[in-house]
Amino acid sequence: MEILTIVLALALLAVVIGVISAPLRGAAKRGATDGDRSHGSDPSPELSELEAAREAKYREIRDAELDFRTGKLSPEDYEAIDGALRAEALEILERIARAGGEAPGVENSAARGG
Amino acid sequence: MADLGRICLLLALLVCVYGIGASVYGARSGRVEFSDSGRRAVYALAIILTVAFAVLEIAFLRDDFAFNTVADTSSRTTPAFYRAAAVWSSQEGSLLLWAWLLSLWSSLALFLVRRRMREVAAYATAVLLGFGAFFIALMIFYATPFATTSPTPAEGVGLDPLLRFPTMMIHPPMLYSGYTLCTIPFAFAMGALLARRVDADWIRATRRFAFAAWLFLGVGILLGARWSYAELGWGGYWGWDAVENASLMPWLTGTAFLHSLMIQEKRGMLKVWNVSLVLATGTLAIMGTFLVRSGILNSIHAFGGATLGVPFVTLIAVLIAGSIYLVVSRREMLRSEHRIDSLLSRESIFLANNVVLVGLCFVIFWGTYFPLISEALTGHEASVGPPWFDRYTVPLALLLVLLSGIGPVIAWRRATLANARRNLVAPTLVALIALVSLLGAGLSGKPFAIAMFCCAAFVLGSIGQEFFRGARARRAMSGEPAPVALLALVRRNRRRYGGYIVHVGIAVLFVGVAASSSFQHASEVGLSPGKSTHVGAYKVTYVRPTATVTPRNDVAHTGSTLSLGALLDVSKRGHHVATLRPSQGYYDSGEPSQGSVGHLIGGQAVSHISMSGGVTRDVWTAIAPNISTPALQRIVTVGNRTLPPDEAEVAIGFLARAYLKDPPPAQFHLIVSPLVMWIWIGGAIVFGGGLIAIWPAPSAVRRRVAMRSRARAAHGLARA
Amino acid sequence: MNPARKRTVRLVVALSAAVALASALIYTSFSVASPALSPSQLVRQAQPGRSYQLTGTVVDGSVHRQGSELDFSVEDRVGGTAIPVAYTGTVPDPFREGREVIVTVQKHPGRFVGIRDSLITKCPSKYKSAPAGEKQNY
Repeated sequence: MEILTIVLALALLAVVIGVISAPLRGAAKRGATDGDRSHGSDPSPELSELEAAREAKYREIRDAELDFRTGKLSPEDYEAIDGALRAEALEILERIARAGGEAPGVENSAARGG
Repeated sequence: MADLGRICLLLALLVCVYGIGASVYGARSGRVEFSDSGRRAVYALAIILTVAFAVLEIAFLRDDFAFNTVADTSSRTTPAFYRAAAVWSSQEGSLLLWAWLLSLWSSLALFLVRRRMREVAAYATAVLLGFGAFFIALMIFYATPFATTSPTPAEGVGLDPLLRFPTMMIHPPMLYSGYTLCTIPFAFAMGALLARRVDADWIRATRRFAFAAWLFLGVGILLGARWSYAELGWGGYWGWDAVENASLMPWLTGTAFLHSLMIQEKRGMLKVWNVSLVLATGTLAIMGTFLVRSGILNSIHAFGGATLGVPFVTLIAVLIAGSIYLVVSRREMLRSEHRIDSLLSRESIFLANNVVLVGLCFVIFWGTYFPLISEALTGHEASVGPPWFDRYTVPLALLLVLLSGIGPVIAWRRATLANARRNLVAPTLVALIALVSLLGAGLSGKPFAIAMFCCAAFVLGSIGQEFFRGARARRAMSGEPAPVALLALVRRNRRRYGGYIVHVGIAVLFVGVAASSSFQHASEVGLSPGKSTHVGAYKVTYVRPTATVTPRNDVAHTGSTLSLGALLDVSKRGHHVATLRPSQGYYDSGEPSQGSVGHLIGGQAVSHISMSGGVTRDVWTAIAPNISTPALQRIVTVGNRTLPPDEAEVAIGFLARAYLKDPPPAQFHLIVSPLVMWIWIGGAIVFGGGLIAIWPAPSAVRRRVAMRSRARAAHGLARA
Repeated sequence: MNPARKRTVRLVVALSAAVALASALIYTSFSVASPALSPSQLVRQAQPGRSYQLTGTVVDGSVHRQGSELDFSVEDRVGGTAIPVAYTGTVPDPFREGREVIVTVQKHPGRFVGIRDSLITKCPSKYKSAPAGEKQNY
């Protein structure tokens, strides 16, 4: 085996071990009690899911409005659908609030007087 | 250096095994550092395989014939461009390409979701590394790219001349990217089922990867069709060949999934269906990869021994069994939250679209695997040909195009019947005008083609109306001038209008397919110089023969020794339309038994077609010159007898001159296909529309929209 | 009819339609398919009017072109029975003596006629991992 091959293989091994073990070394340094902090800044799964559901619901509301403006819905049907969607959106927002998250723009609208 | 490659493979396998263990442990115990380590194992895998791939690629570019793969598929006379592509022309090289692309795409996907969906992503990591381990194990134990022979051979066999076409560079990497990208939604679906989190978060992540898979696979398929048409000597772009079908099937289920996912997003239903579609897409992608290398089905592509058959069948069985088990055991969690509100809703249309797409996939599946099915059921192997495929896929394709024209005018959730009826008037009118024009122009006798043209007209009318109405609505709100309104409309509703553009592209593509298959003129004829023939409305004259002697590189840069062809003049009603120069390339066979001169031209002969492409039609031609006339054969025999190997090339010059002086009649294959170009144009439109649909809106816009929606939602509550 | 019943009815109708179409599909595939046969099997079983997929190797020295018709003989992979075929249509680039081919043929009085454009020639071992020392030649 050539020297170059050995050198490159060892370098590769070092890189691989470094990359893979970084989280493990980081966790060991912080100690077991602080383990949560590594993903404390990330949203909890429930919150993340609710936020995704909220995005989807906002999109549905906009889609319904576009459907109405492009002539696919009668005013009565649009009102009915829009109302139902808004109620569903509010329910999601309440669940987000209960789960401890913030809806974007809350501070802004509160600062501007709501 | 081959040692480095072997070390890489071994290290890669170890990293895969570690990553699977770390990810599963991290998911089950909740210890994030292990899931993170598992994810980083994928990054490490990408690094290792990049090194391995580089080792192989460098070996090809340096003509290192110690590598068996290089000696088998490359040579000093293979042009550099094709030496680089020859890496993936062999079984072992293509396995490395597959594994490498898998590691790259998986790294990207896992990087993008690194902060969310931790449990799901951890299981997905394990699944992806499982695939990686499988392919790497295949390379280590069955077909290694780093096998060497000693002493080093002086020259290699050379890349099969049939593969010396530019598309060879791009089609396999594109197609393999499509296949490997299909495994990512598969892995995330498995992860979601294992973690019991099939929810909105999963939808958001999976949609992006499923779309990328759909895009690359679609481009790969189109490139394959284009290669077949523009570079091979056959003249067609789709033959319902087993390998073509194998790549189309996951694309169809992927398309169905992208649509039905929207239903799940809105109504919380079809969860079982969606998960099954994703799992099926991944499994079909693996089956497609397997088909090319197993020889279980007769096809132009799939040959060679069944050495890899057993491992692949095992993998596919595991995938299918695992998928079924997971779906069945999680069925409580996958129960629908709501139902479809009304039959007259876009959700319904999407459901119908799904049924048609899955139906198409079933037809193609049945026809492709029929030899195996019939062997299993009746003991005799039999196969069905293109006419059978056409009989069932054409009506389904018509239905698909029709649905894509109806969908845009139907609202989500519950459309108003009166409005829907009114909105269908304009598109129907457009379709009727098209019908009348076509019949009036004398086009008849091809009902399916005409039906497809009318359906496409319907789609264009429907979508055109949508753009018009949308821009008008926007102008009413913002007062912008029309072009600005149109742009703003698309930018703020990318998914909808990007999707509309995709459907326009599909309609255009099918118009091209229908026209070029139903109204094609083809002929096979033998011509001598000076003679002419008629194809369709064109007159083709064989003006004179051509010959190129190229010991090293030829005009087409493919490395042929001798190239014989013809100059053809194509005219229509007396006006010159195009000059075509088809030729046949003769290559070195490397077999001394054929004689010093004989072996120079005794290798694989490859047809280089010549084509005049146009917006309304393509004129395509291939030539099969007669190189076996007594006069020409005499030159070869005399050369074999009298010339030593290093002077044999002189005889090639004599051959060329003799051919030019007294050319025998040559066989010509001539095809005039209308509207073929629109297939590629349609594909480009699909690609562009898809990019628009998936392009994330700038986050500032998203926040503005979110704030406004929240304020409106609050107002709604106050009103109620 | 209450909504639940309506949904069940719709589901049953849809499923029945699917089953009916699938059955039509499956039935026609069996009746239209061409069985794959080697030359020795073809000689024994061929009936006029049916098409068959003839699989075998092109016999050395048997290839002649007469105008637009290509005549060649196909023999069993292991040697033995050879069947002459009269074929018109596209000839794939890899076609030559000694190569494996698949061609759809029909039996006519005295000879076998190849269906137009149905000739497929196998590329020599594109994806076969050869043991060291053995080379594939084109």
